[in-house]
Amino acid sequence: MTIAPPFLSIRNLVKDFDGVRAVNDVSVEINKGEIFALLGSSGCGKSTLLRMLAGFETPTGGQITLGGSDIIAVPPHKRPINMMFQSYALFPHLTVWDNIAFGLRRDGLPKEEIATRVDQMLALVQLSAYGKRKPHQLSGGQQQRVALARSLAKRPQLLLLDEPLGALDKKLREQTQIELVNIIEQVGVTCVMVTHDQDEAMSMATRIAVMSEGQILQVGAPGEIYETPNCRFVADFIGSVNLFPGHVTIDEHDHVVIDSEEVKHFVPHGITGVEGMDVTVAVRPEKMVLQLEAPTVEQRVHANEHGHNCVEGVIASVAYFGNETHYVVRLDSGVELKVSRTNAGRYDESLRREQRVFVWWDGADAVVLTR
Amino acid sequence: MKFLTHLLSLRWITGRRFVIGVPFVFLVCTFLIPFLIVARISLSDVDPDHPLGTLLTYTDGMINLHAKIANYLFIATDDLYGLTYLSSIKFAAITTVCCLLIGYPFAYFMARAKPTLRPVLLMMVMLPFWTSFLLRIYAWKGILANQGIVNHLLLSLGWISEPLHMMNTPFSLLIGMVYAYLPFMILPLFANLSKMDLRFLEAAADLGATPMQAFWRITVPLSKSGIIAGSMLVFIPAVGEYVIPELLGGPETLMIGHVLWDEFFSNNDWPMASSVTVVVILLILVPMAILNKYQAEQREGGRK
Amino acid sequence: MTSTLQRWFGRGWLSLGYIFLYLPIVVLVVFSFNESRQDMVWAGFSTKWYGELMNDTEIISGFGLSLRIAVLTACSSVLLGTFAAFVLNRYRRFPGRTLFSGMASAPLVMPEVIIGLSLLLMLVSVQKMFGFPERGFTTIWIGHTLLGMAYAAVVIQSRLQEMDKSLEEAAMDLGCKPRQVFFLVTLPNITQALASAWLLTFTLSLDDVVLSAFLSGPGSSTMPIVIFSRARLGLDPRVNAVAALTILVVSIGVIASSIYLARAERRRLKEIAAAFKGE
Repeated sequence: MTIAPPFLSIRNLVKDFDGVRAVNDVSVEINKGEIFALLGSSGCGKSTLLRMLAGFETPTGGQITLGGSDIIAVPPHKRPINMMFQSYALFPHLTVWDNIAFGLRRDGLPKEEIATRVDQMLALVQLSAYGKRKPHQLSGGQQQRVALARSLAKRPQLLLLDEPLGALDKKLREQTQIELVNIIEQVGVTCVMVTHDQDEAMSMATRIAVMSEGQILQVGAPGEIYETPNCRFVADFIGSVNLFPGHVTIDEHDHVVIDSEEVKHFVPHGITGVEGMDVTVAVRPEKMVLQLEAPTVEQRVHANEHGHNCVEGVIASVAYFGNETHYVVRLDSGVELKVSRTNAGRYDESLRREQRVFVWWDGADAVVLTR
Repeated sequence: MKFLTHLLSLRWITGRRFVIGVPFVFLVCTFLIPFLIVARISLSDVDPDHPLGTLLTYTDGMINLHAKIANYLFIATDDLYGLTYLSSIKFAAITTVCCLLIGYPFAYFMARAKPTLRPVLLMMVMLPFWTSFLLRIYAWKGILANQGIVNHLLLSLGWISEPLHMMNTPFSLLIGMVYAYLPFMILPLFANLSKMDLRFLEAAADLGATPMQAFWRITVPLSKSGIIAGSMLVFIPAVGEYVIPELLGGPETLMIGHVLWDEFFSNNDWPMASSVTVVVILLILVPMAILNKYQAEQREGGRK
Repeated sequence: MTSTLQRWFGRGWLSLGYIFLYLPIVVLVVFSFNESRQDMVWAGFSTKWYGELMNDTEIISGFGLSLRIAVLTACSSVLLGTFAAFVLNRYRRFPGRTLFSGMASAPLVMPEVIIGLSLLLMLVSVQKMFGFPERGFTTIWIGHTLLGMAYAAVVIQSRLQEMDKSLEEAAMDLGCKPRQVFFLVTLPNITQALASAWLLTFTLSLDDVVLSAFLSGPGSSTMPIVIFSRARLGLDPRVNAVAALTILVVSIGVIASSIYLARAERRRLKEIAAAFKGE
């Protein structure tokens, strides 16, 4: 199997603003056809990185290569890259049709071809009847579709999305996520998107890069990032997590035992590390089991972990979400654990506040983090 | 035209430099250089051979610096000039205060009016502004004159037996000044007050403040920037106002604008007029700096 | 202060204020129809002053001159003002920015006598050195443009500030060369500001006394200069007639444009609402 060369290659990219380093030595490679998300909270540098790809900011250092050629020196209007702006940036003085045709006209394409393309694009986003309208005569969702059509009209090699769903309300967001991915995959364009919303990134992207303070902490498919975060920050940033700081007491090639304040952890695989090392064990709330009696040996998946990976505490709060219930369990030491369950059956009355419970999990579901 | 295109094709004349350069050159030529010339002439002798003044001349390999400060000394020592400056500032200050006292409630009630009524109220303030300023001041002559309307009315009502002497007095000057500058106070105040979040007042009421207390403790301080803007927009030009004192003022109303005019047109003493000009500029530099700083802050704040 | 009391106080204050603002205007118009010449005594209705105005060559030629200067000034002010507004709004850093900013805004507040005097001294010196320009049309135009540019820059700059910056980036992203961006995207979105600026500077120039007086020459008396010299001497009902005509034109203009703008805004809001329902 031949591995395709990376389509978009970013190497050691740096951007300084007035002595503040917004993007700090970022290197990543993006493959043709994938939807790549830059995920992070505001100020982490993701928007700056996107703008450097578009050409609106000049990097202080580093290289950007698209399809083999260096594009840093190329001004934005000459790059084969198109961007969909967070505010949509539809030209208010032009109709929908003219908005989409704008980029094509700049290229000097013949009239008939422009007409064909624009009609194609309108059909793609299902707005064929709206060509004559002006942007202010459209709803938010419709404006977004026009913005998308406009950015795809020139068949760019790379499509950039800046917080694409930020301006939409929740219901519309879920629907649009699916539509957006469908259209992008249908067209087959490589896409880099920027978002602070992890649900968006997880559901839409092929691969995600988690960013913080100008650096990329981890790159991987959504499942990878969620199940095997490589550091505390990523574990905590994506979804909810319970973190147990502790140190390694037994280090074997097929299992490790980690001591932390409330519980002994048994993890059924080896880790790269040494005895006595300080680590953090991360366990996701949905991997934990909540029950009134202590777990029996038969319930445990691995026999040797009986006595490990189990704590006792009191339910501090119950948050019912319809499909799920989130519990906060307070341990005797004061530490609070987050446990969540899907409500496969009806509402369980026996689990309420002040109830004493046991929480246990399978050691294989724990992730050991060294940083 | 060919020159222009040739100019634009030179490499270092980028689009950006052109856009900055054109207004910059215009301003330097019409604003900066004239002031420098004024400063220079103010330090020179009256000399028809050297229209640009005799401050710095070059003869036979010698650069002569010839600064005549007599004009400035005269201004500093002559009572008339000192009095005139003070008088100008005094009238400008009184005008500003009156405009504030009349204009603040005006703007306040405009801002509190029903949203549908507000544009109409605003338009009614703007309309006089678009009508000729000169003509409206001229109208006051007719109103306040001895045979004018007010006197005529009061005489026919029997409230007075002799016409009130109102023209060409400090009173008529101030009426004219306040009248002319009132919109300049109302508009920035209105802009400020209409944008104020009413929820501050609701919060104050919720915490136990009476309407009067809420007004003085919250509304007024929050409108501070509007007050400053309006006051500066009135005070600074009022100091050098010429037309109103000329038409409505009299022998008791010394204003520096008038003095400048006379010095220039009647006496033809350019160096003297220049010196007076320089002193006036120095006088208004401080208020202008305040206004500039406030406006810069406004823009930074709006540009989040 | 109770709420009703406050409301009545407010109405009273506003009414008195508006009466104060409009009294002179009303007086001007009423007395333009007065039969008698000197006294501000009503001697009967007459339109003779309007008739005399038609024969008043001084005022009519003054008006013609003022009008021509005003149109040219409005155009040059908007042009230069657009440049200045663009520079102040888009270019954060360049050598001399504070100086530029100060120069562009100072004419707004500086007493006109000062600007007039300085400009005149320079223009006279230039004339003595190069032989041109003669005091008159050109010099008045230059002075008015300096003042107008400052006003135009303020109006246009405030519009540029509220305009969505990403529109220009979007244009570039779609292949628009930087120079084209201004003409294809920025300009169409600031037309209303440009129109306001034009009207504002036109009015300013038409009405200006001090700068015109300093910068005019023999034979180039603008209408305000004519009116001003007559006003100094006393009351002249022909001036009232001019005033009434001006007020008429301005009132029609202001009211018509307000109605037009209000209607356009209402239509726009309806369209936006319809779009949200339609979706």
